[in-house]
Amino acid sequence: MIHPVPPGTRDVLPDEMRELRALSLRLHAVFERAGYGEVWTPAIEYEDVLRRGDESPPEAGLRLFDDRGQVLVMRSDATIPIARLVADHYGGVPAPLRLCYFAHAYRSVERGSGRAREFLQGGVELIGVPGAKGDAEVIALAIDALGEAGLRRHRVGLGDGMLYRTLLDATEVPEAQRRPLLEALWRRDLVALEARIDALGLARPARELLVTLPTLRGGPDVLARINASVGAALDNLREVYELLAERGAADRLIFDLGLLRELGYYTGTIFEVYDPAVAFALGGGGRYDGLLGRFGEPRPACGAGLDVQRVHLAQLEEERTAGEGAA
Amino acid sequence: MTANGVVIAIPRGNLFAGTLDLIDGLGIRTDGIRANERKLVFEEEGVLTVRPSDVPTYVEQGAADLGITGKDVLLEQRDREIYELLDLAYGHCRMIVAARADADPLGEPLRRRGVVRVATKYPRVAAEHFAATGRQAEIVEVKGSVELAPVTGLADAIVDLTATGRTLEENGLVERELIAECTARLIANPVAHKLKAMEIDGVVARLRELK
Repeated sequence: MIHPVPPGTRDVLPDEMRELRALSLRLHAVFERAGYGEVWTPAIEYEDVLRRGDESPPEAGLRLFDDRGQVLVMRSDATIPIARLVADHYGGVPAPLRLCYFAHAYRSVERGSGRAREFLQGGVELIGVPGAKGDAEVIALAIDALGEAGLRRHRVGLGDGMLYRTLLDATEVPEAQRRPLLEALWRRDLVALEARIDALGLARPARELLVTLPTLRGGPDVLARINASVGAALDNLREVYELLAERGAADRLIFDLGLLRELGYYTGTIFEVYDPAVAFALGGGGRYDGLLGRFGEPRPACGAGLDVQRVHLAQLEEERTAGEGAA
Repeated sequence: MTANGVVIAIPRGNLFAGTLDLIDGLGIRTDGIRANERKLVFEEEGVLTVRPSDVPTYVEQGAADLGITGKDVLLEQRDREIYELLDLAYGHCRMIVAARADADPLGEPLRRRGVVRVATKYPRVAAEHFAATGRQAEIVEVKGSVELAPVTGLADAIVDLTATGRTLEENGLVERELIAECTARLIANPVAHKLKAMEIDGVVARLRELK
């Protein structure tokens, strides 16, 4: 007799679990060594508390009621609960705070989509270090952690969550017309994006910029391909690049000016982590300078999260291809 | 290494011939693909031939870096994590609501039963279209010969793809509403889009010239 588990969840048996545990320990060791202390937050929180962090968390789909009729949600990421934790326990502490976590997160998925409803995230949050310096520290740590996990070909796609909005300002696209453009970009539908931009009847340079920017990705030379109208965001990206280059990580970086992350709280640098062995991002993160303020503790912050099971897949694939290379 | 440094999933079916003509222009040798109906993987050419509705799956999962399929397929599978890069402007079709020519099949059932029965291979597109236009619809999913549904009384109307309208006509159906114009599209895996940026941009530039 089969006793089903909900779609998007699964059991883990000892052979796989042993590897997942070993991987988590290796990642954790890298985080601890860099001064990031591990924290634990509840898997369920009050919905109205988490909503302070993100008014419409896109995938926070699992809700329940407690015995007093309060709405509880299963956390859909670790960052908002940690912002709450910082406000609750470290209020008024000005020194930089370095925290890490290993925890399951939950989201709603469509039946048959093959996506995980429950997934294990390991990551770091750096609170109180603003700008490129903080961004670079977190990205370098993610790169190191993956190297420690045995990955050799991982790359980081680097962008800015506000870049396209800044560009919409600079090209003076009317407020009411922006949403359809951002939605097309969001759905990665560059055909619809171009059609909607064309419908605006903009001057040629503005049109070109809006169409081209989401397709710009590659080395530092891509930054030279757009003009000064989005200057500050680009200066920051350039600085992150320089700082990471000093740490010898330049060849891991891909500028990706069209990058968008699904969570709504990012205010600056965003990034995603890839490995050629795996067809989906292994993790990502970014800067969220506005989030802690929503919990009454305005401080700059940024973080990175890795999907441990996806990193494990990349690890297996690296092992396999390394074996082939040797043979 | 394949011709363009990428693997492309292309659709067997109505778009097949047009797609092969197009990728000839990418320097991919298609004579072997044209000659062999049963073989599905052409490693040397970097081509997979799959069902049109499976193209997004192969691309999303990374079995192919790029894919070509109809916009109808992409509309139905809207939450796939893929890039839609280019309108290839061939394989033009219309996604439509059609019903029998001899009655008022949308008005009458809606007024008296409160709901219209719609047969389709595109349940999601159909449901969204009727919801967006404020009508309640009961969607009946069928796998083929959708035109049969109104004729046999299985449904009041259909949502389907039509190129010439000939099949509709032969079954006594007429187009009532246009939902979307559909053409072939180039799609990409999001990770390949970053890690093989140069190769993919090369293909996109060539296809922009060719289309």
